[in-house]
Amino acid sequence: MNNKELLLVSPSPHISSGAATSGIMLDVIIALLPAAAAAGLIFGYQALILMLVCVGSCVVFEFISRIVMKRKQTIGDLSAVVTGLLLAFNLPATLNPVYAVIGSAVAIIVVKQMFGGIGHNFANPAITARVVLMLSFPVAMTTWVKPFFYQVSGSSIDAQTTATPLGIIKEGTGEALPSLWDMFIGTRGGSLGETCAAALLLGGLYLVIRRVISPIIPLCFIGTVALFSWIFGQEPIFSVLSGGVLLGAIFMATDYTTSPITRQGKVIFAILCGLITVLIRTFAALPEGVSFSILFMNILVPLIERIGRGKKQKKGEKKA
Amino acid sequence: MENISLELKPARTFGGAKVPHRKHAKNAATIVMPPPKTVEISMQQHIGAPCTPLVKVGDTVKAYQKIGESEAFVSAPIHASISGTVKKIGSLLLPNGQKIPSVIIESDGELLTLEGIAPPQVTNAEELAAAARASGLVGLGGAGFPAHVKLIPGDKKIDTLVINGAECEPYITADYREMIEHTDDILNGIFKIKDILKISCVKICIEDNKPEAINILEQRIKSDSRSKGDVFIVKLKSRYPQGAEKVLVQAATGRLIPAGGLPAHVGCILMNVTSVAFLARYLRSGLPLVSKRLTFAGSAAANPCNVEVRVGTSIKDIAEFCGGFKGEPKKILLGGPMMGTAIYDVNYPITKKDNAILVFNKRDAKARPITSCIRCGRCLKVCPMKLRPCQIEQAAELQNAEALDMLDAAACMECGSCAYVCPAGRKLVQSIKLGKQILREGK
Ligand code: SF4
Ligand code: SF4
Repeated sequence: MNNKELLLVSPSPHISSGAATSGIMLDVIIALLPAAAAAGLIFGYQALILMLVCVGSCVVFEFISRIVMKRKQTIGDLSAVVTGLLLAFNLPATLNPVYAVIGSAVAIIVVKQMFGGIGHNFANPAITARVVLMLSFPVAMTTWVKPFFYQVSGSSIDAQTTATPLGIIKEGTGEALPSLWDMFIGTRGGSLGETCAAALLLGGLYLVIRRVISPIIPLCFIGTVALFSWIFGQEPIFSVLSGGVLLGAIFMATDYTTSPITRQGKVIFAILCGLITVLIRTFAALPEGVSFSILFMNILVPLIERIGRGKKQKKGEKKA
Repeated sequence: MENISLELKPARTFGGAKVPHRKHAKNAATIVMPPPKTVEISMQQHIGAPCTPLVKVGDTVKAYQKIGESEAFVSAPIHASISGTVKKIGSLLLPNGQKIPSVIIESDGELLTLEGIAPPQVTNAEELAAAARASGLVGLGGAGFPAHVKLIPGDKKIDTLVINGAECEPYITADYREMIEHTDDILNGIFKIKDILKISCVKICIEDNKPEAINILEQRIKSDSRSKGDVFIVKLKSRYPQGAEKVLVQAATGRLIPAGGLPAHVGCILMNVTSVAFLARYLRSGLPLVSKRLTFAGSAAANPCNVEVRVGTSIKDIAEFCGGFKGEPKKILLGGPMMGTAIYDVNYPITKKDNAILVFNKRDAKARPITSCIRCGRCLKVCPMKLRPCQIEQAAELQNAEALDMLDAAACMECGSCAYVCPAGRKLVQSIKLGKQILREGK
């Protein structure tokens, strides 16, 4: 015991809460599972395959990137799994898996690892990948299948396509809009993970209870969408349940790395996300605006975080 | 008076982390360790100017004899904790890299007390402060701020005496044992200070994980004829860092100490329970501070306990007296796990301000891997100073003084809450300390 070298010296504090990045990511994965299960039910095995392809390719790309860049391996933090799942959630169920692999490469290699990996990217990898795929493969990325199409035997997939509820409104295809109940349980056209509102809300609740996310961003985002839809004469509940609002507000806009870290910042960020979403839906040629609005706001995060930065502790004399 | 509760609800404070209690030594009554064969008394036992040794090699010294003194205002004299011969004026390497003279005394085994010690005469504020200085008292809760400095508020009007019995660091039970074992000394000290400084209100702050201490103090206050309904107990929620100066004063009084300010700026004097109790004992006996109660605990402690030791006793001697180690200790801390200092050598001597020796086995000593900040915001949420620790860390790494100033890095009290909750294991406190240094050098 007299050998000095045996004692470890390190700066305080000497204990930790035990929280770890991998634990947080595992919670996010758990929160995504209900929606993943719903996607499997609604859109069948192709949805499941797509999720597996995205998760698998994201993890592989992360693994390879770290090796190529000679950095410490990070697949253990499970963030690549989360990115893969979220990317799959943003794709149409019958998308060719090759496109999904391309999307994974964009998300992990270009958006995440080229900027230094977890915590350093300025845009949400899954959203950026979705936007890139949309611009590159607009037809494939907007071919939506009807819920339970896989149970209808004998007919070709073409016969089973439909439009998203927002698309129906925008393009006036004359198709009947799904009922609010259908929208709540997810039996409608859309990206495979965005349709089941019930499952997404359940996941969101789990994240809030586990204190993984604060409810500020989802509440402000969803509230703003509802309010402005109503102002522009749309049905607010329909607006919230349609498109990717719930998926975006609960899982994408709350991404730690690409959303503000302060309470104040979160409020501003989420309200603007909601506002831009409604503006795009109402005035732009696109039916849906969640991805674009979150991506745009991601870029503004450093700016938003400057707010309140110079607020120092009060100096000087008495303040009783 | 009988059935009126003296308990007050604390005012709201910000942030804080839920740390484990692990007060394993809670019910271990204090045992007194016999004086060791040698002591090494550091000339830096406090915050402020170090002392100069007043003795030289070969001198015989008696216990309680003054052996270190400084002219500086913010300093406190140091006394011999045993009687014997000065073997060496050593040079002690502090964990922060600084070298400080030390007086090494070899015991004569007699513990001869200096003759002519008498209780001081204290009738006014100046005499109280002078007595506090002469007693060598420093903040015994771990901060080590010379007590007499607090008792001279200068031109500030003081109306509240805040007594710190929070003991919010895990493991440590030294103050808790003081409250249980020396309740009367605490009250004597409180009433003495209150009378002499004409303070109108006393608030004793205790975390709610110490109900026994709250009870016993409440009983004694109720039955004390000196109490006129102006001594209260503030039952704090157990949340780290409740015992930090700013947090405690805010919880007790609702007043916010300004940046760089002292409790006196908001009309308060803040003293630790053990410090007030010692002051009362000193006023009664005139015996200066030469011993200290410590908690010996941690995963490598065979027998967690509270032990009163002579200042300058080595960690090794104390550990042996306390029943030794369980397995091999890999990390030894002076102080709590949140703010304590890791010690490089078991022969390191303890000082007045130390309140715990924590020893940890290999498993607990293992450093956790550091990964990238994921911007989860947990560090912001727990910071009692409402800072942005993760951004301060970045600014410190970039040596960006302007950003550090904007982010108010100087206000950090180094409580460690941020690093405690960080899922990426970032060494935030270390980086912020670096940032503060950059700011100081820039000025
Ligand atoms: S707690 Fe750690 S990971 Fe989270 S924001 Fe702070 S420094 Fe980053
Ligand atoms: S920044 Fe400083 S004051 Fe805030 S939690 Fe971290 S150590 Fe404590």
